[in-house]
Amino acid sequence: MKTILLPFLTFSESAQGRVVPPSGFTARLTVLTAAAMAFLAVFALALSLATGRLAERWGNELARASTVRISAPEDQVDAQIKAALDVLNTTPGVASARVLSRDEEMALLEPWFGPSLPVDTLPLPALIEVIETAEGYDGEGLRLRLAGEAPGAVLDDHSRWRRPLIKAASRLRFLGYVSLILIAGVTAGMITLAANAALAANAQVIRTLRLVGATDSYIARAFERRFTLRGFTGAVIGAFFGTVAVALLPSAQLEGGFLTGLGFSGLQWFWPCVIPPLAGFVAFLATRFAALQTLRRLM
Amino acid sequence: MIEFHDAGYGYGGRELLTEMTLSLAPGSFHFLTGPSGTGKTTFLKLCYRELQATAGRVSILGQDTRDMGRDEVAQLRRKIGVVHQDCQFLDHLSLGENVALPLTVADRPRDDQDLVDLLAWVGLTEQIKAKPPELSGGERQRAALARAVIMSPDVILADEPTGNVDWEMSLRLLQLLIELNRMGKTVVIATHDMHLIRQAKSQVPARVLRISNRRIQQAGADL
Repeated sequence: MKTILLPFLTFSESAQGRVVPPSGFTARLTVLTAAAMAFLAVFALALSLATGRLAERWGNELARASTVRISAPEDQVDAQIKAALDVLNTTPGVASARVLSRDEEMALLEPWFGPSLPVDTLPLPALIEVIETAEGYDGEGLRLRLAGEAPGAVLDDHSRWRRPLIKAASRLRFLGYVSLILIAGVTAGMITLAANAALAANAQVIRTLRLVGATDSYIARAFERRFTLRGFTGAVIGAFFGTVAVALLPSAQLEGGFLTGLGFSGLQWFWPCVIPPLAGFVAFLATRFAALQTLRRLM
Repeated sequence: MIEFHDAGYGYGGRELLTEMTLSLAPGSFHFLTGPSGTGKTTFLKLCYRELQATAGRVSILGQDTRDMGRDEVAQLRRKIGVVHQDCQFLDHLSLGENVALPLTVADRPRDDQDLVDLLAWVGLTEQIKAKPPELSGGERQRAALARAVIMSPDVILADEPTGNVDWEMSLRLLQLLIELNRMGKTVVIATHDMHLIRQAKSQVPARVLRISNRRIQQAGADL
């Protein structure tokens, strides 16, 4: 009776799976290890995906928007705004340029100073929002032209603070992926140790199986089945609780910054489903490696 | 069937068996005798390639055992039935499953009626669902014999099969081995029980191989 347990593992439940005696303690330890690792893997995955989203968002949104700030004596402000707009509207790579209204400026300042800020009494500079085309503009050329036409205009293309933020988000994403690899490595190591212990404890069983003509691959498969099942089962439990824990994190809010945006978005919620089969595969490979190494040492 | 050509085996610089040249013909019945510790078990292990000769050549069923791969050894063991004094079973499986183990590992289908008939032949039908620790010494030996023959091997090697059982059970086991020999199987029994050898020689043309001074000798009809 052939049964497909996982795409990479086929076994005969009625016979091969039963030649290795059940072992309660190592079984529970392997399940526990796989569950803990899967739980951590869900968080590493959530971190990687969230920082990936963040880097992409900052990259896309901020890269195409910039600001021109006009700081000039009050009687020259309007003239310099007009001059700056003329420059911007005739600059290749600028899709649009518009002056932010007082309300919009107040909305920008509200998170820091609250809603009751008397904007009218403050010497705030005028702000021009510049939206780039896909090709973008020549920043240095635009700065020189603005300096000539509107001396009080300062172009801020956000790159000074955008780049380190994107770099930080990318590094976090990379660290998340490294964590996933480390988790897989630790899982493989733990299962190899558990498989070695099981093989040592079942030396008599292995001798008997070899006496009656079992090949190394047959014996290895009997152990692979056990540990693959344990790894898979533990990972299902760990991934489930990990996903629930991620779902219970506070949802993304403007006030909380990116920390409250950790988690999955849309179809990304299906990614934790990949962890159990992967854990099973790691357990399968680790056990196969341990079993074949051990069996080769035996005559 | 089994041929030794100037074969020997040593371990850790010490020679246990040396200069063995002999041929066991198909369908023959041999006793292997000699004092304890002279190398009877080692000789049998060379016969089913649990050990590899360190000198000379050993051929089993026409296969030179020197350069066999691990899978080839496994295939060879499916053609050789081995009965040990300390019968090795998988204690978590039933007697029936243990006896059918050679079929299981060879991925061959098991005919339950054949299994029942085999257990009836060794007188263990009632114990088919029992676990090995529940069996007596004699029952374990008979179960080991049933497991050894379930693949219908050409050769049956028994290492002190009557060492742990009383005389009555010894005779019963011997009778089963004689029956197998009459069915054309080559039988080799390692024992130092001279009464058993005499009992067998009264029924079958058994030959005796004696290990002495690390060498194997044909004892002929002097027993």
